[in-house]
Amino acid sequence: MSNLETPENIHCTRSHEYVIVDGETGIIGITQYATEQLGEIVYVELPEVGTTIPKGEAFGTVESVKAASEIYMPVSGTISEINHRLTSEPELINDDCYNEGWIIKVADFSKEDLEEAMPMDEYLSFIEE
Amino acid sequence: MIYHNYLPNTDESRQKMLDIIGVSSQEDLFKNIPVELQKNTSLVLPESHCELEIQNRILELAQKNIWPGGYVSFLGAGCYNRYIPSVIDNILSRVEFLTAYTPYQPEISQGTLQAIYEFQTMICNLTGMDVSNASMYDGATATAEAILMSCRITKKNKTIVSRALNPETQDVIKTYLSGPDIDIITAPINEDSITDINNLFELTANKDIASIVIQVPNFLGNIEEVRKIEQIAHNAGALFVVIIDPISVGMIKPPGAYGADIVTGDGQSLGNNMMYGGPAFGFMACRQKHMRNMPGRIVGSSLDSDGNTAYTLTLQTREQHIRRDKATSNICTNHSLCALAGSIYLSIIGPKGLKEIANICFQRAHFLASKISEIEGFKIPHDNFFNEFIMILPDNLSVDVFNKEMLDRKIIPGINLNSYYHELPGAILISVTEKNKPVDLYLFLSALRELVEEYVLN
Repeated sequence: MSNLETPENIHCTRSHEYVIVDGETGIIGITQYATEQLGEIVYVELPEVGTTIPKGEAFGTVESVKAASEIYMPVSGTISEINHRLTSEPELINDDCYNEGWIIKVADFSKEDLEEAMPMDEYLSFIEE
Repeated sequence: MIYHNYLPNTDESRQKMLDIIGVSSQEDLFKNIPVELQKNTSLVLPESHCELEIQNRILELAQKNIWPGGYVSFLGAGCYNRYIPSVIDNILSRVEFLTAYTPYQPEISQGTLQAIYEFQTMICNLTGMDVSNASMYDGATATAEAILMSCRITKKNKTIVSRALNPETQDVIKTYLSGPDIDIITAPINEDSITDINNLFELTANKDIASIVIQVPNFLGNIEEVRKIEQIAHNAGALFVVIIDPISVGMIKPPGAYGADIVTGDGQSLGNNMMYGGPAFGFMACRQKHMRNMPGRIVGSSLDSDGNTAYTLTLQTREQHIRRDKATSNICTNHSLCALAGSIYLSIIGPKGLKEIANICFQRAHFLASKISEIEGFKIPHDNFFNEFIMILPDNLSVDVFNKEMLDRKIIPGINLNSYYHELPGAILISVTEKNKPVDLYLFLSALRELVEEYVLN
């Protein structure tokens, strides 16, 4: 698979979620590496808008033809928006995980948590290991 | 030692085995087991008998059984004496269907998979729901699984279970939910022997309830106020779980028509013998939006590489071989053969036959109840029942005496409800099915009249 263009201001976790900082909003999804490992994604279970979830807790599930995996919060925050398109087009995550395949947006997320996440170059060397 | 057909090891062959592994005797073989754990007395077994002697002995014991074929039975309470078309056994005994396992390999199991797929379709039709699984162990465990499912979906950990559920189902729920941290609240019943609505309303006030579970008809035979309970459940953000008697939907609307989220039940009534109370099968069906939280196997219809219809297990990411500790349940099989009996039964009976059977049960039960209420001393407290109802014995006729008198007349009366409900002294639960012929009903009535002569009027 060809590498997708990496957005700016992206931070990744060891469990392969990302958060893109867009002003006061954090856009959360799973990394391209994660989508390649999972294979064709067939279903995404999304949380409810308005719920506050701490860093490291599961906020949803992605189900592929191979497995179903929990997705964990890369930063603590309150969910301000969910990607409704994923309900009928879960394959958006495979096709374009950093743009149209985003999963949730959080407002008022913890900037401290962000510092613990890895910048993209560090994440890329982490997955090489 | 004498040579036996079914005991392949002679003393000689035992010695040979001991010689090969290099120990002198059986005692020598077991010497690593601490002495205090060894059984030092030899087994006291009766002397051996030939097959014919054993057949005779078993027959002698079997003749001590009281069974519905030799008696007139009004026992129900979850296990029913029903008509079973003889073709069911014929199809079930085909070797292709004789497996204890749900097939993993679609390439060699299309017949079984198709049979399960048809089963799921019929359960959806019966319950009025969107998705059914491949069957469960029994109605009680299916209901406990439905409660676990409701807790996963709502992310709450309290459930309200009506006291009018079969008491054995209530016990199984308690056992099944004793591991996970789930509170079971029992909703009381009122003087009409149905779930108390007012109380249910209060119990849900905090909106922290995952599900409300009722049984229709309930264990006491009565029809619950389903629409009111549905409203209470959904207003409180709880799921509405309904247990049904599958035969009753030949007459009563299926739970899908009154807003149920999950429907469970026991399938024994569908072509399975009573078999001392089991095994039969349980069923579970739900709304499509909840299917990923459903336990158990699900068979789906797909296309093979040549474009032909093919059946295969689907939505397996819910299951423990893929999802490990996050699986929806540790159930990874079903009661395929018993469920197959259910599918054959339903396909033979058809929707029209199911209506006829339900109608016969209803008519005969209500006829019997109305005639009983004319007999002095006997009371029928309710009339909103399907095919099972409460009969109250006269004051000076105890349940024990009543049971003995009826058995002496070759009648198996219903069960003693007082052993489950302290507030119902002298209450017997009478079940009437299509197997109770009109002449059986008259036999029951004349027995009651004789008992009135003997115990009430004198």
